[in-house]
Amino acid sequence: MHNTYYSWGNFPPASQQIYPLRWRNKQLALPEPSLTVLPFGLGRSYGDVCLNDGGALLLTRELNRFIHFDNDNGLLRCEAGVSLAEILALGVPQGWFLPVTPGTQFVTVGGAIANDVHGKNHHCAGTFGRHVVQFELLRSDGERLLCSPTSNEQYYAATIGGLGLTGLITWAEIQLKRIYHRAMQMEAIKFANLEEFFEVSAQSDQYYDYTMAWVDCNSSGTELGRGIFFRGNHVKEEEIPKQWQLPLLNRLPPGLRTMPIHLPNFALNRWTVAAFNSFYYKRQKSKNINQLVDYEPFFYPLDAILEWKRLYGKRGFLQYQFVVPYTDHRVITEILQTIAQSGLSSFLAVLKTFGDLVSPGILSFPRPGVTLALDFPIKGAHTFELLERLDNMVSEAQGVVYPCKDARLSAHHFQIYYPQWHELAKYLDPRFSSSFWRRVTAK
Amino acid sequence: MRKMLIIGATSAIAQATAKLFAQQGDALFLVGRDADKLEAIAADLKVRGAAKVVYITLDLNEFAQHADLIEQAYTRLEGLDTVLIAHGVLDNQITGQQDYAKAEQTLRTNFLSVVSLLTLIANRLEKQHYGCIAVISSVAGDRGRQSNYIYGSAKGALSIFLQGLRNRLHSANVCVLTIKPGFVDTPMTVDFKKGLLWAKPETIAQGIYRAIQKRKNTVYLPWFWWFIMFIIRNIPEFIFKRMKL
Repeated sequence: MHNTYYSWGNFPPASQQIYPLRWRNKQLALPEPSLTVLPFGLGRSYGDVCLNDGGALLLTRELNRFIHFDNDNGLLRCEAGVSLAEILALGVPQGWFLPVTPGTQFVTVGGAIANDVHGKNHHCAGTFGRHVVQFELLRSDGERLLCSPTSNEQYYAATIGGLGLTGLITWAEIQLKRIYHRAMQMEAIKFANLEEFFEVSAQSDQYYDYTMAWVDCNSSGTELGRGIFFRGNHVKEEEIPKQWQLPLLNRLPPGLRTMPIHLPNFALNRWTVAAFNSFYYKRQKSKNINQLVDYEPFFYPLDAILEWKRLYGKRGFLQYQFVVPYTDHRVITEILQTIAQSGLSSFLAVLKTFGDLVSPGILSFPRPGVTLALDFPIKGAHTFELLERLDNMVSEAQGVVYPCKDARLSAHHFQIYYPQWHELAKYLDPRFSSSFWRRVTAK
Repeated sequence: MRKMLIIGATSAIAQATAKLFAQQGDALFLVGRDADKLEAIAADLKVRGAAKVVYITLDLNEFAQHADLIEQAYTRLEGLDTVLIAHGVLDNQITGQQDYAKAEQTLRTNFLSVVSLLTLIANRLEKQHYGCIAVISSVAGDRGRQSNYIYGSAKGALSIFLQGLRNRLHSANVCVLTIKPGFVDTPMTVDFKKGLLWAKPETIAQGIYRAIQKRKNTVYLPWFWWFIMFIIRNIPEFIFKRMKL
């Protein structure tokens, strides 16, 4: 059966055959040998790492069963199509949280491993892959490899951040993290420019498990790089107010804010985006706000608007996330200037410092430095030209771009960013491929 | 805590429904044909909170095994109060039209095997004076159409059987629920073109869960199928027979 499956950015379009998978312990039914396959979970990658134009997609979403949960130690084994939302629904009432979570809970475990995702706690927890104890990799020839740091280590390293190309992850075991309550102690601090950002960030990373900042991408001159810094921790046992205690662990306690960030749903253009960003910055009157919020709005403000990608209309949008080494604050400034001058507005810009915990994957994106994530509605060649310019700046600064969010990177730049792609290529499954991989490895 | 028997437990709708009961901490006894599949489902239901999960493998077309199956469910669960019957086959209509043996197979699996099971179950629940029997029938049983009247007649007969059973067991405080799903996106319907009317098994499961809690008689799932079938049932036959449905 042919079907149209899109990635989250609605770009690029792709047409592929669909093979739903339902049982982890059954043989893999593959299409005829002329077609390549690629696992597809919830389609929350922005670009084309989850697409396989002209080939087939192995839909993993129905591999969504739990296998074992050791409630004393927080060790969870589940099928690869289980979503992070489902893990939270199971774990939070029992006092267990995800060790690392991206900005949406609607991704599968398999997708989180394949993209070695990171979160607001990268500076103290590293990437998702660091907390994957072991997993099973099913290869197209039927072989099943148990992968862990001590068993089939090469396949373990190749599959984490391996973009789904090394075979099908059937199940994985994850080490969860102890929490005492679903509430978060959150602080929001305004900063007037990048200098201030780096100051607050340096102070915060030591005391807060979760840090990130929203940046107003439309300001320029002296206001360039202004924004709001968010930092938070899970509430500690002794901080839990009486009326919230244990029986309420899985219910929203009274007075807990459900939605700190309100996004408008009008059409996006450079003026509305600039106005929104300016409003959002000025709305916070005081320099510093301190409050208790539920974990859902703290981690997943955009999940509250299920199909938020539709804000961008049918033409879709591009995400651009890069990381550059610490020493170069200058690069971030130059990039923000370049974007402001281009007149192409980024609606949401997120800035964060990465820590130096090593990512376990060969092709993992996170590394020590400063990362900035931007999104742009697609407005013809102009948008693509801007991102090409940014690529030149990032590669010059020894930075890299995040494949999981990419839909347009040139083979030239990819191979500069990730010279280790040759190493990964040794472990690819011969029947597996993706639109992304064919594009960035083209000669 | 419910003590629940689920027959046809590897079907997509049964799986999704079982999850909801497992989350309530109920004890579940699963019946299906494939041990690998049942093992995967049982492990999942345990993690989700089921007090107990037991499964056995059985081909339900072996009617002689039915009594033993019910007996085992009673023993392993130490009682029984809720039953969900979810097994069934959707065979090709054209094949069945040309070959009676194929049509008979459809009728045996979808109708006669359920009658055999329900005879045993009903007699026991009637004696104990409590319980709930939920059976998945189909909107296809509401009116015969040329595109699937063999399957439809099995489900139609099943719906009438359940009507009678409900009438009989009402005085014994046992409820009988007839579930009539519309188009559901499951492995059974993998070759169909999907449109607006198609529902996910999880949606159907929610409906079944609520209907069992509320001890309903008949439910169309999703609800709008009641309306569609109301119209289909009321088209005069002299028009209906000319339609390509």
